[in-house]
Amino acid sequence: MVIGGIDIVLLIASMMVAATPILLAATGEMVAEKSGVLNLGVEGMMIIGAISGFAAAVATESPFVGFMAAAVGGAVMALLFALLTQYLLSNQVATGLALTLFGLGLSALMGQGYQGIKPPPTAKIDMGPLSDIPGLGPILFNHDWVVYLSLLLVGGTWAFLKYTRAGLILRAVGESHDAAHALGYRVIRVRIAALMFGGALAGLGGAYLSLVRVPQWTEGMTAGAGWIALAIVVFASWKAERVLLGAYLFGGVTVLQLRLQAAGIAIPVQVLSMAPYLITIIVLVIMSAPRGRATLAAPAALGRVFHASH
Amino acid sequence: MFRLEKRPTPSTFWSWGTPVLAVILTMIAGGMLFAMLGKDPVLAIKAIFWEPLFGANASYFRPQLLVKAGPLILIAIGLSLGFRAAVWNIGAEGQYIMGALCGGSVALAAYPAESFLLFPAMIIAGAIGGFIWAMIPALLKIRFGTNEILVSLMLVYVAENILSTLAFGPLKNPEGFGFPGSRNLQQYPSAHNADLIANTGLHWGVVTAFLAVIGAYILLNRHILGFQISVAGQAPRAARFAGVNPNTLVAICLGISGALAGLAGIFEVAGPGGQITDSFNVGYGFTAIIVAFLGRLHPVGILLAGLLMALTYIGGEMAQLSLSLPLAAIQAFQGMLLFFLLALDLLTNFRIRIGGLI
Amino acid sequence: MTGKTLQEQETGRTAPREGRREMTRDVLLTIEGLSKSYPGVKANDDVSFQIGEGEVHALLGENGAGKSTLVKMIYGLVKPDEGRMTFRREEYTPSEPREARGLGVAMVFQHFSLFDALNVAENVALGMDNPPPMGELAGRIREVSEGYGLPLDPERLVGDLSAGERQRVEIIRCLLQDPKLLIMDEPTSVLTPQEVNILFGTLRQLAAEGTSILYISHKLEEIKALCDEATILRRGKVVGTCTPRDSTAREMAEMMVGAELNAPQRAPINPGPVALQVRNLSVPAPSAFGTSLREIGFEVRQGEVLGIGGVAGNGQDELLLALSGEVKTPRDCVQINGLDVGDLGPNERRKAGLCTAPEERLGHAAVPDLSLMENALLSGAVRKQLTKNGFIDWAGTRRFAEEVVKTFDVRTPGIGTAARALSGGNLQKFVLGREIMQEPEVIIVNQPTWGVDAAAAAFIRQALLNRAAKGAAVVVISQDIDEIMEIADRFAALNEGRLSAPVPTQGLTIDEIGLMLGGAHGMHEAEVHHVQA
Repeated sequence: MVIGGIDIVLLIASMMVAATPILLAATGEMVAEKSGVLNLGVEGMMIIGAISGFAAAVATESPFVGFMAAAVGGAVMALLFALLTQYLLSNQVATGLALTLFGLGLSALMGQGYQGIKPPPTAKIDMGPLSDIPGLGPILFNHDWVVYLSLLLVGGTWAFLKYTRAGLILRAVGESHDAAHALGYRVIRVRIAALMFGGALAGLGGAYLSLVRVPQWTEGMTAGAGWIALAIVVFASWKAERVLLGAYLFGGVTVLQLRLQAAGIAIPVQVLSMAPYLITIIVLVIMSAPRGRATLAAPAALGRVFHASH
Repeated sequence: MFRLEKRPTPSTFWSWGTPVLAVILTMIAGGMLFAMLGKDPVLAIKAIFWEPLFGANASYFRPQLLVKAGPLILIAIGLSLGFRAAVWNIGAEGQYIMGALCGGSVALAAYPAESFLLFPAMIIAGAIGGFIWAMIPALLKIRFGTNEILVSLMLVYVAENILSTLAFGPLKNPEGFGFPGSRNLQQYPSAHNADLIANTGLHWGVVTAFLAVIGAYILLNRHILGFQISVAGQAPRAARFAGVNPNTLVAICLGISGALAGLAGIFEVAGPGGQITDSFNVGYGFTAIIVAFLGRLHPVGILLAGLLMALTYIGGEMAQLSLSLPLAAIQAFQGMLLFFLLALDLLTNFRIRIGGLI
Repeated sequence: MTGKTLQEQETGRTAPREGRREMTRDVLLTIEGLSKSYPGVKANDDVSFQIGEGEVHALLGENGAGKSTLVKMIYGLVKPDEGRMTFRREEYTPSEPREARGLGVAMVFQHFSLFDALNVAENVALGMDNPPPMGELAGRIREVSEGYGLPLDPERLVGDLSAGERQRVEIIRCLLQDPKLLIMDEPTSVLTPQEVNILFGTLRQLAAEGTSILYISHKLEEIKALCDEATILRRGKVVGTCTPRDSTAREMAEMMVGAELNAPQRAPINPGPVALQVRNLSVPAPSAFGTSLREIGFEVRQGEVLGIGGVAGNGQDELLLALSGEVKTPRDCVQINGLDVGDLGPNERRKAGLCTAPEERLGHAAVPDLSLMENALLSGAVRKQLTKNGFIDWAGTRRFAEEVVKTFDVRTPGIGTAARALSGGNLQKFVLGREIMQEPEVIIVNQPTWGVDAAAAAFIRQALLNRAAKGAAVVVISQDIDEIMEIADRFAALNEGRLSAPVPTQGLTIDEIGLMLGGAHGMHEAEVHHVQA
């Protein structure tokens, strides 16, 4: 199926690839925010994931090791954020910004000497005849394992929050840390765990950019993907299934504008490449428009500092 | 284990002591970072903090201090007002670009006419450009409750794309032999923001930055609006009780910070930068966030922090030349400084007790 | 537990209390020499007492007497510095609430233990250590809540419940765990008199089944009605014990306060013309779990005190915001001395003569980290003319702050002290003083003595009466019925955002007030009588 010089099946398949980094990062951030912590450092954690994953994959020739290193890298960054905000009670907005600025600097430093290198390719999973089904095959059964992992993680997160006791406790901590504390839950531990999960997923998302989507290392290569992930959490009203929807919509826009550029449509390249950012703004406006709707869904303790007085 | 005990009243000593301590700790941690990169840590720290001021080539570098500190201070002063009121404009980089584009366009449109009115017109256009760009998140927040952090940040990427469109298109130098970028405003006398005293780096932008410091000091200490800004940031309900309209405050804070960032942009392209290119912006809008916090959102603190941060920029370039320290190391170094500051902030509001029961 | 309990409850209800009292009880909990210090305060100092099985034991004391700290130690939230506890004759050192719950100690909190955005069943599950699956739990919640006369729907969001229903959630959460000791921290402050009766029915039933209850309160009549023994705390120390049934309220009050209290004095009033007129005031709920105001109307004359009672969460906050101007309304909804001010902001209303003092002291009436001087500017700028062309007259502000501190006897090292460093009573005196010293013609206060010690409360009430005597119209919004009866000329009840027609306070009975406040929320009259019987 080809419309306006663009193959729709390929478009959807590549949309999934384009959406994966943001999907991973947004899922992780949603869990962190559900626990009541606003971590604006997603961009910084993603880019640290991108370089640490890239470096580890190049060094070991194994993309898998690369992704694991990226998850660790992102989680370590998140831990730094957690120590500052949870133990040293620093302002979450400022600390998140610091994490991003620091991550961008540190990644550039770590990436010295990695520019222009090709990473080892991340294999697609061989699904045999399934991938030959016309239409569905390329869309559903012809991806690398990280795409499937990201879908599993979204589904797992959804089930975790909805059905498990640990998920209930996490939501409770995000609703009211004082109440959770009074009932004897370890607010800080829950939040650190949620933040580190968020960091690990942001790291994976970053590595997906540097190892699969681009695939190479350049400074500042996340180009706002972490911020878009934050916007998608708002768009999704802190619901896992809507994070999936938001990320894929966004992936669709990104891919579409790239295809339009390639198809030589008479729109300036810059207009097309600013489209994802403009659309993010528009989506944010739509989500916030009926006053209070977005805030109603937000965890009540989001961004508040918790300090048990005794 | 240590535990925290809230101070009845914030400590004045630590509110000024923490930035100093943070700088010292950053020097130590940064030294360790440089050592890991195989550089002599003492030489590196000296290259960054000492050489630009007192080293062999200091006479060349000293003017640079003002050139770099001017925009940082100007932007940070604006941001600090918002940050005090919990209005988080983090898109100053975009407002800086738009200021440069608007002001620069006025100059390029007038070229080659000479008039003493041109420069003021450029400056006003620059301020308006930044102001309008900042009013987008402000109005969306007021009208729809949209998060200003995300919108202002997204608009940076939009501004960068506009910059690139214009720099390669309408604003491109027709006599530029195909090189990207606009005419050089340094060679256009009416538009040139030259050093007021030759070779000091003191141009109109630096003067404006100093004026902004004084203005902000008066606003915050003597004027009811400054008081309302502080109240709104610390206790939004109390601010309403005091009759503050939160929407007005959002518009004022974003508007002022946008206009100041726009001013910084036009002063830069008309002066030290000279040209509008697709990459003339070097991240002042983001570094200014660090400057604002490092200066504790206090005008005088921001003045000092801006000078310090300018020093690390220049020192970073020196260290790059003399020790081939990657320029990115300075970015990481600045990020680290902000981390230490935020962590140590605790000392202002809490006492730390070691040991003891829960 | 449910099946058995339901049967026992039948017998429990009919069991004569007198018979039970004569039994010698086994000791459940002993507390010996418990002490706990915080910087600058000795919250508990060598506290000792014991609770028998099936006993309802009162812990009586003023705000700040150390009751909360003591129960937090029993519940494992705070570790004592010194002393020991035994529970069923075993050494008892709970390191966290989970351990306390495991041994059979349950607690119903005064504040902060429910989650608005979660439903009843989820809230209950969070308070249990090994909750059954959600479906089963919902069934048990229905069963047990109805068995104890406190019906609850497990699927409802807690944020949508009334204050009384929210408390039921906490009680059911405790009961599902079959507690040996139930700690109740000021449980009646959020209830109507009818709801209090239902609660007492439940508590008596529990005690009859052998559950001990530690009942924390400063309301003497309740303690006389419910408790077998009482321990009285003052400034962290045990100052006495008594058997409430055999003591008078006055004896207990004097032990609690440590001094004789003067009731506020007031001159007979001669109301002047109408100073504040509110007509047809409707405001939609400001937040998801807030209350909408519906067609509120009343008037207050010069020199008159109107008391607005109501259980927490019936629109008190919203009413204050609409009257102060923090929330704007149609122009003719609010009139001050004949002037329409409904669409004006707080400062314009101040200019017109109206001052307000909101309930939340830190964060609304005052900025916690700012000094008293700066906080004086917060609401005093307009009427005391502390700004000129927008520039602040700091010298004048300092004089005003010092005047307030002096006149209202605010104990503070100086006006440079941050507001958060003051005790509740002192800060409230400062806030009230700041408003009263602006000499408003209309003054509206919400919960003026909430969490304030008795001496400061008496001082504040007297100050309000004095202002009325000088010709101001005074509106006191309060959840403390006694307070309203003490100072108000007329009484109106706020119930789910509606205000009843004001009636004179003289001759009003507690039952009439209770019905005005909405009786028992979410209960049928029949059930009320059933449980009371």
